[in-house]
Amino acid sequence: MRYLVCVKQTPDTAELPKVKPEEAASGQLSIHLVVNPWDEHALEAALQMSENFGGEASAITVGNEGAIEALRSALAMGCKSATLVENSDADAWGVATLLAAAVQKMGDVTVLLTGQMTVDGNSGTVPVAIARKLGWPLITGVARVVEASEEAVVVERVSGQARHTVRVKPPVVLSVIKEIGEPRYPTFMNIRKAARVEIPVWKAEDLGVEVPPPVVHMSDFRKPPVRDARVQLFDGTPEEAASALLDALIAEKVL
Amino acid sequence: MDFAYTTEHEMVRDMVRDFAAKEVRPVIADYDREHKFPHFLLERMAELGLLGICIPVRYGGAGMDYISLGIVSEALEWADASVRETIAVHVALNSLAVFQWGTEEQKQRLLKPLATGEKIGCFGLTEPAAGSDVAAMRTTARRDGDDYILNGEKMWITLADVADYMLVFAKTDPEKRHRGITAFMLERGMPGLTTGTIENKMGVWASNTGWIAMNNVRVPKTNRIGQEGEGFKVAMSSLDNARMTVAAGAAGTIRAVMELSLKYAQERVTFGKKIAEHQLVQQMIAKMAMNYDIATLLWQRSAWLKNQGIRNTRETSQAKWFATEAAWEAASDAVQIHGAYGYSGEYEVERYLRNAKGAVIYEGTTQIHQLMQAAYALGWRQDKPLRCELPAYDPDYWQSE
Repeated sequence: MRYLVCVKQTPDTAELPKVKPEEAASGQLSIHLVVNPWDEHALEAALQMSENFGGEASAITVGNEGAIEALRSALAMGCKSATLVENSDADAWGVATLLAAAVQKMGDVTVLLTGQMTVDGNSGTVPVAIARKLGWPLITGVARVVEASEEAVVVERVSGQARHTVRVKPPVVLSVIKEIGEPRYPTFMNIRKAARVEIPVWKAEDLGVEVPPPVVHMSDFRKPPVRDARVQLFDGTPEEAASALLDALIAEKVL
Repeated sequence: MDFAYTTEHEMVRDMVRDFAAKEVRPVIADYDREHKFPHFLLERMAELGLLGICIPVRYGGAGMDYISLGIVSEALEWADASVRETIAVHVALNSLAVFQWGTEEQKQRLLKPLATGEKIGCFGLTEPAAGSDVAAMRTTARRDGDDYILNGEKMWITLADVADYMLVFAKTDPEKRHRGITAFMLERGMPGLTTGTIENKMGVWASNTGWIAMNNVRVPKTNRIGQEGEGFKVAMSSLDNARMTVAAGAAGTIRAVMELSLKYAQERVTFGKKIAEHQLVQQMIAKMAMNYDIATLLWQRSAWLKNQGIRNTRETSQAKWFATEAAWEAASDAVQIHGAYGYSGEYEVERYLRNAKGAVIYEGTTQIHQLMQAAYALGWRQDKPLRCELPAYDPDYWQSE
């Protein structure tokens, strides 16, 4: 069994406020890039599955040469192999086209995993689009993998207040949420391996597909307006201050 | 010339900074406030391989290089100096001493459990009346058959009450001053060996600092590290290793207080503008930024020289002197930028300031380093080759089983 995790290199969330609108529009970011935090949970899920049910975890990304760093991080966490699909201008549908073609070229993927969204695009559409392209079932909101084999994948998914247990015959696309598990740290042994391994690079022509022209066009990028923050200190005894704070929160409709 | 980290270094940096941000920084202020040692962090650091970061895999370590040791130190002290001290003492002062001076039997018996974190090490050089003046130590070791009998007291010992293995120094020949000192590995549980914790320190409240008392402690010859009379060289070479981690850690303090200062200076408004717009505040921030880079370059040079197997006592002393003084100044400026809030325990900067003062005292005071640098510059001091040099980093050797 192979668990293939789709990862994306995204800005470090701590540095997101530094991104300028024009950088976001061009995709040329000058800040520290990391593995999309949601995808780290998908990597954790795949590694847990390989430990619990056998099989091997691999990672794949669509991006430019720099995105290899995200794949090295996946390898350092414990993935056995990684693949870069080189492309830097596809939209979500184009990315899904490339990933689906790569999965078909690999031919042995049992479970394809993704995070539930990326911290830059925030659309959450890629897992849906890949499943559509591959014709595989898609389970979103996956919080726990109960069982995985060639015959059946059983997961618990969260939907609002509800919790479903879903059984499906693989191959399947799973989009996971944070509850699946805290991403593990890389080990030094894996760091050493990850730093040395040659990562194969595939292009669209290797996959026999054409990247569809973007169907989504961003017409405007702008930052949200800066909110005016105000600090109010309440004097008096703890009881008086608490009472005044409560009144203020009610007046502001916080409570 | 190449100033870039390798991919391995970048991954080590990202991993340890992630660990420091997620598991150390959020809890350490509470431990500091309560003067408690965070034992759970030792276990976590052992699990992650940090307690054997630059020890070869064959001896239970992670097989990384000395630059990685610096990277780990910088990242941990960004969270709190007390946690970085553990690395300095356990890895640099104790484990590397065994690696550099120990016999193969000692590496198998003592270094392996240290590198995996099964055993924790500390380093006992300072005494109540002998700090910088090492030759003035009073602890003695008398030969008795195949054993030595140790008597004396060590003071200001980081991890004294935590460590299982204690590398202590004692005079086997008091007449010979520093040439009469010998190194021994004491093991907790040896009859006559007691330890205790020192309270009322100015800083590093989340670290364990204590004393070691030896009352007729019988130590087998097999626990002697290096030859008789070689202890001073063992101690000084260990300090060469640890001072690099202190310097790297100090860079971590500068990074931490600079981040806090940048944030506060862009939020706090006085006289109708953010205090970051006041030039005298900018001056302090500019100095932090420059000193972070200088401290970083200095510790990296020291670590790089270690990787090459080149003696680095002069360069490491420079790094330790400069970086710890710069961290003290940066932390003090950070308190200044935060104003009255900075003086309060509610904000983190005062903790960094208290911690930073210790580092300009331990592992060679600033004044000792100034004397050393003057002696090098005047041509009065030259480092002679050691019988056992710290081995140059060889990835193939370090990483093979």
